[in-house]
Amino acid sequence: MSANELWRLSAAALARRVAAGTDVAAAVESGWEGPGAAWEADVHAVVHADRAARRAGAEAAKPGPLKGVPVLVKDNLCTTDYPTTCASRILAGWRSPYDATVITRLREAGAVIAGKGNMDEFAMGSSTEYSCYGPTRNPYDLERVPGGSSGGPAAAVAYGLCTLGLGSDTGGSVRQPAAFCGVFGLKPTYGRLSRYGLVAFGSSLDQVGIFARHAGDVAATYQALAGPDPFDATTRLTRAPDVSRWDAGVRGLTFGWPANLWQEGCDPEVVEGLERAAEWLERAGARRAALEFLPGEYAVATYYLVATAEASSNLARFDGVRYGFRHPDSADVLALYTRTRSAGFGPEVQRRILLGTYALSAGYYDAYYLTAQRARTRIRREYDEAFAHCDLMLMPVAPTLPFRIGEKTEDPLAMYLSDIFTIGANLAGIPGLSVPLEPARNGLPRAVQLLGAPDSEPALLRAGRALEVRGDVARLPRENEVEFAWPTKR
Amino acid sequence: MDRDEVRRIATLARLKIPDERVPRMAAELSAVLEFVATLNRLDLRGLEPMTFAPANPPLREDELDGRRLGAEIALAGAPERDAAFFLVPPIVENVNP
Repeated sequence: MSANELWRLSAAALARRVAAGTDVAAAVESGWEGPGAAWEADVHAVVHADRAARRAGAEAAKPGPLKGVPVLVKDNLCTTDYPTTCASRILAGWRSPYDATVITRLREAGAVIAGKGNMDEFAMGSSTEYSCYGPTRNPYDLERVPGGSSGGPAAAVAYGLCTLGLGSDTGGSVRQPAAFCGVFGLKPTYGRLSRYGLVAFGSSLDQVGIFARHAGDVAATYQALAGPDPFDATTRLTRAPDVSRWDAGVRGLTFGWPANLWQEGCDPEVVEGLERAAEWLERAGARRAALEFLPGEYAVATYYLVATAEASSNLARFDGVRYGFRHPDSADVLALYTRTRSAGFGPEVQRRILLGTYALSAGYYDAYYLTAQRARTRIRREYDEAFAHCDLMLMPVAPTLPFRIGEKTEDPLAMYLSDIFTIGANLAGIPGLSVPLEPARNGLPRAVQLLGAPDSEPALLRAGRALEVRGDVARLPRENEVEFAWPTKR
Repeated sequence: MDRDEVRRIATLARLKIPDERVPRMAAELSAVLEFVATLNRLDLRGLEPMTFAPANPPLREDELDGRRLGAEIALAGAPERDAAFFLVPPIVENVNP
């Protein structure tokens, strides 16, 4: 395979080539020269890129399981070699003095940070339309959204710019763009990937997540990143679950089937995909268990109190004093804070800060925030109860296929409700995996979501792999990756 | 949420919503608050608010490992600085303007 084609390989295959002598710089640049040249001007997945930094990263690549593999990381992950701005004017040009732990661990594994990916500002959005740099477009249909808030990394992996992507998932922001872009997207168990260096949005909800085109690549990346971190007190102290047997199949596993959740309000193509996935899992030896589950509206309502409350606190640090944008010529600090924040934050961020401030304010704290925290306990118990009867749950990622750019920006509530299937996992702290299926009839990506109890990443990946091979687990041994359904230029 | 409430909350959040955008913001926030009222339909009796604090959190050793950010790095992103200080406009009202 010529250097021109290296971008097509899985991370595992690319790392093997590099270990056998393929030039690291060639491995990293392949995606920029081929698909990057063809797609990036239209898709706009990248917000900070620097060929010199890529070259330096390639030269410094360490021997490790991901040596030479290029990764696009979401712009809310701190990197010393690129700016970190969270797609916000308020952090314009900011350079972090330290790398996020997940970035350090990627480098330790030999991967190369190839640039920063576009996102909704401060991770607040479901479409990557709320970026100060303009939207990212879906490679499968440039008039549609790639999902959000981690749309940049998802799209970049989908069209081949990079082999892997890192995002963050607070209410679905890895799983939903993964589904919209036809790639795998993992939100780990809360506490399994360090949040040190992830700019905080909702600290009890945020997790760094992984994008890849193949189930085995998700496993390899998780293995390199997961584990305790003394710099993040919310990381679990026990060793991360072992995902090395991601290809072991699903024989003997039970998956819950909460069909009451998609009786209404879901695109028929999404439901059809779900039914096909269930058949494949059964064909591969898993057992389906019907169950009834709490409708997602309660999770969305809970989230828009808890997440906004946490965000209003986390974003208080952006005040123009120590870093980022400062509004000039303010007469006093109050004016400095107010003018800086009002000019620096976009409208969706301001909306959420106001909601959160309201929910926490005197007189409303009990009615809103405390109630939401009780509802959260209820939601957590619903998942605990479900996982007493099954190893995994299968459900949609989003109620629709990728929607059009501009379709939901006029109606914040409509945008929020598109997270109806993903938000619960963040509230409960459980892991979730978005698994791409065959595209829908109109060519748009289609996916399903697998959820599990805390630390069930091994089971999620085994089921994801079973779906990747369409239930024929015996047919494709580990070394053969399934051909990825690349987007085509229209 | 009415317009006065929006302005009051904005002040708490150190934000200024331009007058012409206040009605729209009030409407958008009201729509979300109406939606979150669905939580009142859930039976939450006897449920404690969820926190992530473990009962006996593990304590780290009370020692430093020598790692420091350093003043130069900490001030490197400062919009305005004066030697080792971040420079800001007056905090306290000037008695002698």
